[in-house]
Amino acid sequence: MTSPLEQKKIKITQPSVVTANRTWDGAVIYRTAAGEWSIDLSEAAVVRAADEARALLSESAADDLGAVGAYIAPVEIGEGGAIAPGNLRETIRATGVTIGLPVQEPARV
Amino acid sequence: MPLVKGGKIQADEYVHIADDAALPESGAVLVSAARFLADPELVLQRREKVGVIWPNNRDVEDLVPYVERLALIALVFPSFRDGRAYSQARLLRERYFFRGELRATGQVLRDQFVFMLRAGFDAFDVKKQADAEAYTQTVKRYSVFYQPTGDGRVAAPFRRLQLRHSESAGL
Amino acid sequence: MYAYDEIDRTLINERVSEFRDQVKRRLSGELTEDEFKMLRLQNGVYLQLHAYMFRVAIPYGTLSSKQLRRLAHVARRYDRGYGHFTTRQNIQFNWIKLAELPDALADLAEVGIHAMQTSGNNTRNVTSDQWAGVVPGEIEDPRIWSEVLRQYTTLHPEFSFLPRKFKFAITAHPHDRAAIKIHDIGLRLHKNEQGETGFEVMVGGGLGRTPFIAKTIRPFVHGRDLLSYVEAIMRVYNSYGRRDNIYKARIKILVHELGVEKFAQEVEEEWQQIRDGSLRLDDETIEDIRSRFSYPTYEKLPHMPDELRKAAHDPLFERWRRNAVFPHKATGYAIVTISLKPVGGPPGDATADQMDALADLADKYSFGEIRVGHEQNLALPHVARRDLPALWKALETIGLATPNVNLVSDIIACPGLDYCSLANARSIPIAQELTRRFANHDTANLIGRLHINISGCINACGHHHVGHIGILGVEKNGEEFYQITIGGRADEKAELGVLIGPAVPYNDVADVIEDIVEAYLALRANPDELFVDTVKRLGVEPFRERVYATR
Repeated sequence: MTSPLEQKKIKITQPSVVTANRTWDGAVIYRTAAGEWSIDLSEAAVVRAADEARALLSESAADDLGAVGAYIAPVEIGEGGAIAPGNLRETIRATGVTIGLPVQEPARV
Repeated sequence: MPLVKGGKIQADEYVHIADDAALPESGAVLVSAARFLADPELVLQRREKVGVIWPNNRDVEDLVPYVERLALIALVFPSFRDGRAYSQARLLRERYFFRGELRATGQVLRDQFVFMLRAGFDAFDVKKQADAEAYTQTVKRYSVFYQPTGDGRVAAPFRRLQLRHSESAGL
Repeated sequence: MYAYDEIDRTLINERVSEFRDQVKRRLSGELTEDEFKMLRLQNGVYLQLHAYMFRVAIPYGTLSSKQLRRLAHVARRYDRGYGHFTTRQNIQFNWIKLAELPDALADLAEVGIHAMQTSGNNTRNVTSDQWAGVVPGEIEDPRIWSEVLRQYTTLHPEFSFLPRKFKFAITAHPHDRAAIKIHDIGLRLHKNEQGETGFEVMVGGGLGRTPFIAKTIRPFVHGRDLLSYVEAIMRVYNSYGRRDNIYKARIKILVHELGVEKFAQEVEEEWQQIRDGSLRLDDETIEDIRSRFSYPTYEKLPHMPDELRKAAHDPLFERWRRNAVFPHKATGYAIVTISLKPVGGPPGDATADQMDALADLADKYSFGEIRVGHEQNLALPHVARRDLPALWKALETIGLATPNVNLVSDIIACPGLDYCSLANARSIPIAQELTRRFANHDTANLIGRLHINISGCINACGHHHVGHIGILGVEKNGEEFYQITIGGRADEKAELGVLIGPAVPYNDVADVIEDIVEAYLALRANPDELFVDTVKRLGVEPFRERVYATR
């Protein structure tokens, strides 16, 4: 987890979003343009310049109660504006482990 | 920052004197280690109480000649994650028999009260008002302690033997 | 088994209610994440890529069937139906919700299991030999002393905020299965010339960015002085260990920077001040702990019962028996290692169903006891040899009879980038591919003992430095690359592996490992020379030449 402070000198070379984990259950979440969190990457606010990214990050990090460890993550914008994760780590966070789980369905008794 | 002492929130009788400020005529004073060590006698000849703020990266052995005349030693937690002052506290209490007030200062939070008490602290400069108010409840959280320290609480190994002996004595 | 008494149970329950309060304060905003993080870590709660991860301690690797069933229950009720056994006798659950953690902890507390200090800058789970108490040739059961240390280190008022994490391991056997030389403090139980029991104390082992093998600072510390000597080490570390740089904060760096003689002298001076104090262990206290370990009453059974003689005609059974069954101190009994390394599976994972089934088998065949080893396998420590055929059949049906213990596919691997927020590269798929490449049992047997250890980053949770073959994931320009070392080992002859060549991309790793193994088969002096011994004899160069010649 990278703290927002370590990202002070923000340089972004590609479109980016702000992501974090939700406090109560740890789920992966993305900051939306409406200043809320969504578990759906397609709803994330996409930033393209460093000052935009910094502003989104500091606004996101201010929500210490709702989210943990907000940071800027690269994305790729496909045709029609579809947002896809920009690296393997973010792909795994967005779509799950790359291996089969021993138990397929989340089992709840 | 509220001061908790004797289990209660209290006003601080000590005045913290900056290194370049003159010592007041009267009243309990709290001075830095640097100021104190520059001329310990000048400070200690005061009739009223003297306390020293001792940094956590300096051996407490340097204080040994003065422990009987110091009324207060304030140890420092620059962050709650930095645990050096716990060792300093135990040494002051258990090896050098410091009997004055041992105060925890810096980032003092409720979740460390029990550790601090066990290490020998008896006064707390608490960072948050809510934590200071929760003091009495918080320190009652634990009734079992595995380790013997100088705080007088009975550690589990001894309690077990006591229990065994009382059982075998038919009590 | 160690039976908790009222005192132990009270402490665990008090810890659970404290954590429940802390979680409540976090979720209501009274605690910031910065303040809460350390509190959750001290209860084994990490935040990983997908969710919170919950690490539960299995002190010195001993579990009762009741406890294993409860772990299965936690996997089902609060997680996704499986758990991951780690290299430090812990189990991890990958998908826990913070809001439900206090309930999970309370469920575990009912059977005497906790997650105290499984993370954070404090003393971690005290680990030991998974064959403790049952292996022939042991000085005495090291778990007595592990339990003494477990209690001493739990919620220690002075050492709960150390510069960095701190790990103990204990062995009482000439063959070290607890990897004590890669721990902050490694304790080797032995007897002195007077026949008294004590410890060789090794300090400053550890892997990570700056790996070190532990160094002996005292050849013999009497058992009664164990705690005072340990306290002296910890006090020196707490006072002088570096806090300015997380990568230089482990005790190994302090030992290295001071020099081992100077460090030992500091400890000695401190120890002389406290050795006759309240930490001195009298015989009665030690006996009290010892008395709460219970041992099975073994029957007088033949070494070669009829059941075993008959089953010997079944080559599949024989294959498993030769691989997974080990000598026991009691005649007619055996220790059975349960491989958690099925072909194509993630190393160390077990499903809740497997845990429940294994708990039943432990009740039926192993006096209700299960062990967990640092190789991420389990063991049944007291199996009557006459029951081996029946046990094997039962293990087969639940997928726990893979006959690959200590072979090339018995891979140690950390969770890697699939789960872990620190990882740079994936570990599990690499392990899975390797188990498929070496799935043929005859080939694996021909290769013989060979430990492959995989870590997904420099923090080395997969112990790659001490694998006979070590694989370390790194990131290069956004791609996964892997550095490969050979010649490491984690036992009593512990050694760090040596880099064999430049890092290779993800898709080439399995090929390179196959080439290394082929080179070994060509280079070994005879079929009995283990991989690690061939590397020792020849050095890395001949391997490098063969493996990298065509790359």
